[in-house]
Amino acid sequence: MLDLQGYGPSILEGAVLTVEAALAGLALSILFGLAGAFAKLSAALPLRLLAGAYTTLIRGVPDLVLMLLVFFGGQMLVNDLVARMGWDHVDVGPFTAGVVTLGFVYGAYMAETFRGAILAVPKGQLEAARAFGMSPFLVFRRILLPQMLRHALPGFGNNWLVLLKATALLSVIGLDDMVRKAALAAGATRQPFTFYFAVALVFLALTTVSTLLLAFAERRVRRGEARPA
Amino acid sequence: MIDLELVLDNLPLYLRGTWTTLWLTFASLALGLVLAVPLGLARTSRNPLINGPVWAYTYFFRGTPLLVQLFMIYYGAAQFAWIRESVLWPLLSQAWFCALLAFTLNTAAYTAEIVRGAVQATPRGEIEAARALGMPRALVLRRIVLPSAFRRALPAYGNEMVFMLHGSAVASTVTIVDLTGAARIVNSRYYSPYEAFLTAAFFYLLLTFAIVGLVKLLERRWYAHLRPHPG
Repeated sequence: MLDLQGYGPSILEGAVLTVEAALAGLALSILFGLAGAFAKLSAALPLRLLAGAYTTLIRGVPDLVLMLLVFFGGQMLVNDLVARMGWDHVDVGPFTAGVVTLGFVYGAYMAETFRGAILAVPKGQLEAARAFGMSPFLVFRRILLPQMLRHALPGFGNNWLVLLKATALLSVIGLDDMVRKAALAAGATRQPFTFYFAVALVFLALTTVSTLLLAFAERRVRRGEARPA
Repeated sequence: MIDLELVLDNLPLYLRGTWTTLWLTFASLALGLVLAVPLGLARTSRNPLINGPVWAYTYFFRGTPLLVQLFMIYYGAAQFAWIRESVLWPLLSQAWFCALLAFTLNTAAYTAEIVRGAVQATPRGEIEAARALGMPRALVLRRIVLPSAFRRALPAYGNEMVFMLHGSAVASTVTIVDLTGAARIVNSRYYSPYEAFLTAAFFYLLLTFAIVGLVKLLERRWYAHLRPHPG
């Protein structure tokens, strides 16, 4: 089959980094997404405008461009800040820049998904919970979260699959992920197709596992729903 | 803060980049759509010999990053002597052709699945009625199934157009000076990332809004019969 000429472990090492970056980016995007969704539904106009600008502007620009902006621009910002504070030089590595960008960019998509999911939970239930004297956080944990999960899951799954594939772009800003490992192996062996194809297969395996897990999760969160006759 | 003079000085570079982005995106979308209609119809076939290979194709191209697909073609093609000796080599050794090929195959895969979903959502009664009127299958396809499928597919296809526009930014990784490529040149020449990338972002935003507006316009036209009538 595919002869990786001893570069298999190196590619696998890169794959681990790819998965780590994707998961860290996902965690961050959930935070940005929740903040964005609640800001969009907030009664305060400035918050709504800010969140509206966030989701519209970010989703209108390619992730690669934003990644390059955060990687080069963020480094400059940190340098300025550090110089002003009189500290030593701080390096924003490609991993940090990449994860922050992934979280920030896909947070905008998550915000749209979460907003819809929150709106799908009947308002009366939230009001009833508040009337029972539950604190806003308890209402979120007991009433809103379990129900919005069900509505958010399909969109969440799509966002995750796009984010996972977008981690390949981190190789462009110098992260030692599996695309970069493949480039190194391709240069040394003069067999670029073999190595990029291997990387494609790893991505395919990751998206397949994700799809299966998401389908399982979706069945689980829907287990309380009535089945169509 | 932002050095506008730098942006204005490099405006011609950005405009050339915008043009490259535009033609790469729309050429890929057009070629991809032409491929996607028969592929999407093949995906609705019950014959596994027709459905299976197309399923594998869309599964691969939708499950892997566009960047990796581009690298497989741009760097990968040279690995095989039979490609280097073929008549296609003068094309396959050029970055723009590899990008066009990768983008076309990618968008065709996504669009084929959109077409499949839209075709499968055709109400059975419409097909049965057309068959009962004596229309042959090809005519049913042309007159009944495809027109309503295109209408149903429009919102999803609008998203795909935006995804392709944004995805085309990876062309800058294989030496093509598209909008992102122009920004990368400006950044490396002056080391001014904000000017370089925010300008590109601004142009992408305009193009995105243009596509979204275009789709809205088409939707208004195609869904005119669904709008509530006044009075």
